[in-house]
Amino acid sequence: MILFVILVPLVLGAVAFSWPDNRTRPTLLVVGSALHVLGIVSLWIHPEPPVLNGYLFLDAAGKVVLTTSSLLFLASAIYAQGYLRSRDDRDNRVFVGGLLVLLGAMTTVGMAQHLGVLWVAIEVTTLATAPLIYFNHNARSLEAAWKYLLVSSLGIALALLGTFFLALSGAAPDGPRSLLLSDLIAAGPALSHPWVRAAFVFLLVGYGTKMGLAPLHSWKPDAYGEAPGLLGALLAGGITNFAFLSVVRVYQVTNAAGEGAFARDALLGLGLLSMALAAVFMAGQRDFKRMLAYSSVEHMGILAVALGLGGAAVTGAFYHVLNNGLAKGVLFLAAGNIHRAYGSKRTDEVRGAARRLPISGPLFLAGFLAVTGTPPFSPFWSEFMILNGAIGTGRYWVAGLFLLFLAVIFIGMGATVLQVVQGSDEGAPSRPGFKDGWLTAAPPLVLLLAVLALGLWLPAPLLSLFQAAARLATGSAT
Amino acid sequence: MGAWTDMAFILVVVLDLFLLASSRLGAAIRAVALQGALLSLLALLLTGSGHDVGHMLVVAGGAFLIKAVLIPWLMFRAIREMAIRREMEPLMGYVPSIILGGLGVVLSFAFSRGLPLPTNEMHPFLVPTALSTVWTGLLLVVSRRKAVTQVLGFLVLENGVFVFGLLLTDFMPVMVEAGVLLDLLAAVFVMGIVMFQINREFASLDTDALSSLKD
Repeated sequence: MILFVILVPLVLGAVAFSWPDNRTRPTLLVVGSALHVLGIVSLWIHPEPPVLNGYLFLDAAGKVVLTTSSLLFLASAIYAQGYLRSRDDRDNRVFVGGLLVLLGAMTTVGMAQHLGVLWVAIEVTTLATAPLIYFNHNARSLEAAWKYLLVSSLGIALALLGTFFLALSGAAPDGPRSLLLSDLIAAGPALSHPWVRAAFVFLLVGYGTKMGLAPLHSWKPDAYGEAPGLLGALLAGGITNFAFLSVVRVYQVTNAAGEGAFARDALLGLGLLSMALAAVFMAGQRDFKRMLAYSSVEHMGILAVALGLGGAAVTGAFYHVLNNGLAKGVLFLAAGNIHRAYGSKRTDEVRGAARRLPISGPLFLAGFLAVTGTPPFSPFWSEFMILNGAIGTGRYWVAGLFLLFLAVIFIGMGATVLQVVQGSDEGAPSRPGFKDGWLTAAPPLVLLLAVLALGLWLPAPLLSLFQAAARLATGSAT
Repeated sequence: MGAWTDMAFILVVVLDLFLLASSRLGAAIRAVALQGALLSLLALLLTGSGHDVGHMLVVAGGAFLIKAVLIPWLMFRAIREMAIRREMEPLMGYVPSIILGGLGVVLSFAFSRGLPLPTNEMHPFLVPTALSTVWTGLLLVVSRRKAVTQVLGFLVLENGVFVFGLLLTDFMPVMVEAGVLLDLLAAVFVMGIVMFQINREFASLDTDALSSLKD
């Protein structure tokens, strides 16, 4: 089943590239994602031992991220049916094929227990995404795709160097001489410390670029602004979460080697910087899709802060991976609908979305409330857990800054969102022929209901999964 | 043998500095090709008793084919189709580039002295050469405007990573090196396609034309 969920999207991706009919091709997305969700469900019920010499294995941390993305991909795939039908003028061969390859690569990242395999899979996610950003084939989407490719490639090259450093740290004749996580963690303090430190720096910069942590986020506003809404959802709720998982993998090794304190300081610093930067750029943002990019920078910052705090906050981090992934799905899919209905994403032109799009407009508002941590939506609880972790370990200044940035972001983002949703839509630009339909409105609605349900009631198995993932990440005894 | 290896490492660093100072695209592409050829030579020169000789031959041959032949050929094709020859208008002048590059070389030597290798050292110049080449690549990417030059910078960065990877060849599986080569090919391939598209849309390869997206 482990190989099944990796191979099915890749095979269907190949089918999509050779599928002749533009109208029926998007169906492959639904087939692929439905099979993928079934495969993940089966792995939940019957956990499987590692395959391929232990290179691939679904552990608790991978399970959280992979399940989130699998559900998000299914929602996006259904949304894509409506979206691509409204874009029938455009050849969707590369788009559909690329999305399926992306799903296969993301799944590999989620299961990789070998840092080399992890790196290759991250690389494939980048290569698969760049052409998708260019879906609209205009100058602006080209610029966004170019920036994404160049910045991500640099990050990936540095991550490879960091991976080499880590390999070298265990290269002593009696060392592990391996890049398998379990070998590196077992070797622990025997790894060469200076090289582990250097490796962590390079890997954090490399995978941090993919996460979009400040100051390595420069690709994000452009890519999110120009890509179709559903790709934005998969970037913000999928790929960046997998990049976070990669950072967690590196942290596992660094922590086992006894350099955890150094790593945590670096994560806290970058995380708080990301939140601060998001707070600054969120205010007065005049493009509601670019605003969502800064929200993504913020939430990746929250995850980095939580990992940097350690202890109970890490459980909150994995809870937040799920919540942020689903909430970003709501926001990006609703934003995509608003963009389609107005033909503009500038906040000085778009207004009255609640009136013109009776489902997507209110969903955009509700998604904003959810993602900024308003109760009873689930991100409130995960952010609360992280805050608790900060206060519980006596780091009051981190807690204070965390709250301050959340408040500023709430105000800044709220102003923009209300401008888009409220008021009368008379005089606003419009693109005829787009209305809220089931295919485009139901997926974000279901995602929002999931976020709400998770906020009202967190099932015990899920909580114990987050705790298991946190134990794995921090290396504390099981 | 030892003198040859020293010479090859020094040449790689000299090419780094040459690239930072060069304004002609053709010469820059040739320099990157020569650097690639030197890397494959180094892979052979560094083959020791601990190595699988056949494997090292494959690595060296693959590096030569991709880094010294295929990619330079693609790059030459790209600049011919774009009809551009010189005109790198750098964001940072050539003199500051060289100074920063030279500083990077000095720091790389100092840095690698402070980091003792846990494994048997292959060559004292290896780590500093790798680090200064990575640094040069980063400098080129951030300080140049032309898309072609940025790709060249990325190639130089990858060359630096490759040099470092040579350290691991005696105990790491083939996958790591294959990953590097594959990555190089794929990255440039996609970048090349993107560049052709850029040409179509902008009639120039100047990424400054790509600045409509700003905050």
